[in-house]
Amino acid sequence: MPEITKLIYKYLRHDKKFPHVWCPGCGTGIILGALIRAIDRTGYEKDDIVLVSGIGCSGRIPVYVDFNTLHTTHGRALTFATGIKLANSNLNVIVIMGDGDAIAIGGNHFIHAARRNIDLTAIIVNNNVYGMTGGQYSPTTPYGMRATTAVYSNIEQEFKISELAVTAGAVFVGRGTVYHAKLLDSLIERAILKKGFGVVEVISHCHIQYGKQNLLGSAVDMMKWQRDNAVTVQEAKRMKSEELEGRIIIGVLVDKDLPIYQDEYDKVRERAKEGLSSLEG
Amino acid sequence: MKKRRPREFLMQGNEAVVEGALVAGCRFFAGYPITPATEIAEIMSVKLPQVDGTFIQMEDEIASMGAIIGASLAGTKSMTATSGPGFSLVQENLGFACMAEVPCVVGDVMRLGPSTGIPTYPSQGDVMQARWGTHGDHPAIVLAPSTVRECFDLSVKAFNLSEKYRTPVILLFDEVVGHMREKITLPRPEEVEVIDRIRPTVPPEWYIPYEDTTQGVSPMAIFGDGYRFHVTGLAHDIRGFPTLRSDEIGPFMDRIHRKITLGFPEIQMGEFFQLEDADIAIIAYGSVARSARRAVIDAREKGVKVGLLRLITLWPFMRTAVERVIQKAKMLIVPEMNMGQISREVKRVNEGKAKVNTINRVDGLTITPQQILKRIREVS
Repeated sequence: MPEITKLIYKYLRHDKKFPHVWCPGCGTGIILGALIRAIDRTGYEKDDIVLVSGIGCSGRIPVYVDFNTLHTTHGRALTFATGIKLANSNLNVIVIMGDGDAIAIGGNHFIHAARRNIDLTAIIVNNNVYGMTGGQYSPTTPYGMRATTAVYSNIEQEFKISELAVTAGAVFVGRGTVYHAKLLDSLIERAILKKGFGVVEVISHCHIQYGKQNLLGSAVDMMKWQRDNAVTVQEAKRMKSEELEGRIIIGVLVDKDLPIYQDEYDKVRERAKEGLSSLEG
Repeated sequence: MKKRRPREFLMQGNEAVVEGALVAGCRFFAGYPITPATEIAEIMSVKLPQVDGTFIQMEDEIASMGAIIGASLAGTKSMTATSGPGFSLVQENLGFACMAEVPCVVGDVMRLGPSTGIPTYPSQGDVMQARWGTHGDHPAIVLAPSTVRECFDLSVKAFNLSEKYRTPVILLFDEVVGHMREKITLPRPEEVEVIDRIRPTVPPEWYIPYEDTTQGVSPMAIFGDGYRFHVTGLAHDIRGFPTLRSDEIGPFMDRIHRKITLGFPEIQMGEFFQLEDADIAIIAYGSVARSARRAVIDAREKGVKVGLLRLITLWPFMRTAVERVIQKAKMLIVPEMNMGQISREVKRVNEGKAKVNTINRVDGLTITPQQILKRIREVS
C-alpha cells in the first residue's frame, strides 16, 4: 500500500460521508494532509489527540479525521482547548482556525492563549478573506485589495499573524505556505512537539472568493505567487525592509522556552496543599 | 473514635455555592472578575488547587464559558460564575452547551441592569435572559436559591441535574442572597447525593454519541476515553456529524427538549408555605421570597389567609404548581425586583382564573415585608 493510502486509511473517518465541503483547488486539503503527516511523525496515539476548530472553512477539518474532534463557536476554539488541556494534560490538543476566526473575532483569545503558554498547538490558515461567507475582507486582507464588503478597496492595514504571535509571547512561531508542503509538515510537527504554546501560520489561497475579486488567477497561479514571493527567515535577515515589502517570510520565527502553565499550576497546587496542612496542624 | 462536631459555619451565599460545587465534584472553574460574583472566583482559586482541581482566570466571560465546556468534554465537572454584563457574554457558548449537550454550571449573581447598571445593587432582572438569552429554541434549567444553605444545596443539585440531563444548568440568585451571611449547618460530603454522567459501556465501534434513549439522554464519552467522537454546535445526526436533513434535525431538537420535559417531576422544585386555606397567594423567589414569608406570617397573625408559593426552580416554569395554587387562591401577588418577568409567566398559566397583582421594584432596593404586607391589606 502506498504511504498516502496508509495514512488516509489510518486517519480519515470511514463513517463520515464524503465529499468534503471545500472548493476544488482549495489549500485546506493540503493543510489537512500536512497535519496528518505531522501527527503521524510524532507517533502520538489517535486517542490522545484532540483536534479543535472554530467556524469557517478551516472549522470543517476536524469532522473528517479520526481523533477526538470538537467544532466550536466562531473565534472561541482556543478557549475550549484551554479547558480540555487543563482538565486532562495527557491529551495533545491541536487547534485549527482561520484568519478571521483567530485574529478578528478570536483575537483576544489568541493573544491571551499565547501569553499564558498553555501547552497547545495553534494552526492558523491565512487566506486573507472570509471564504465561507462569500469573500468579505478580514484582518489579514492587505490594504488596497477588494472584497465583497470592500468593493471600493480595503482601507484597513493588515495584521501580520506570526509577528502578532511573537509579540504576544508564543514560544514557537512558524510560518509556511501550502506551496511549501514539506516545510509545512515539519513546522506543524515541531509545533506539536514543542512544550508550550506553538503557532503555525499557513499562507493559503482562496482563488474562489479572494482570487476572483482581485484578479489573482487560478489556484495554481496563487500557489505560484506563494513560491515566487516566499523568502526564508535566513534570507530575510540579509534583506532590506523595502526588499521585504509584499514578501512572505517562511520558516521558524521563534523557538524559545518559557515556564509552561500546567507546570506552574502544579506548583500552585503544592503551595495550596502546604497552606492547607499548616492550617490543619 | 473522635466525636464529630456539627459542621456549622457563618457563610455568605457565594461561598456556599463554592462549597456545594466542590462537594458535587466540581474540579474546574474558569471566570472573570465581576461584582457581585467575584467571591466565587476568589474562593475557587484558593480551594480548587487544594483538591487537585484547576482554577483559571480567563480574558473574558466568553472565554470562561468556552473553557468550562472544554473541561467538561475532557471529563471534569466545571462551572463559571458571573453577573449581568458577563451573563450577556456567556450566552453564545451557553447555546453551544445546549446544542452539544455538555454538562456544566453557570452562576449568575444578579445585579441591577441593563448594561453596567449598579454593580452593587440587587435585582432579579435576568430571569428571562436565563431562559431565552442564547439564540434559538433550547431547554433551560434555572435554579433560584433564597438562603445561604440553599445556595449550597442547589449548587449540588445544579451539578447533579447537569450531569444527569447533559445540559447546562444556571444558578440564578440576586446580590442579596450572594452576599448575605447566615449561620448554616452543612452536611458531610459523604451524606450528599452526587450524580455523575452516564458513560458508554459499549465498545468504541458500537458507540453512537447522540443516540436516542427512553429518557432522551445519551451516554457521554469523554475525550481520551478511546471513543473518538465528534462534537459540534451545528445541527447533527445521531453520530454527531453535521446534517442538513430535516428528518434528522427534527428528532434531535425534539429529543433535547423531551429529555427535560420527562424530568419535570425531579427538576421542578417549589415550597408550598401555608397555602392549604389561602385566599391570597404570593408567588416569589430569591431574596424576595424571604420578605414574602415574613409578610405571610405577619398577615396570618392578623387573621388574613395568605400563603406563599416559593419557586426554587424558575425554568422550566412550574405550571402545575401555579395551577394547584389558583384552585383555591383567587388573588395572587407576584413581587419581583424587575418590571414583571415571572409575573408574565404566572399570567400565562393563570388564564384569568385569579387576579394577578404585581409588585415591581427596579430602583436597586429590596422588596420589604412591609411593602408586601401593604399590598396584602389592599387586596384582602
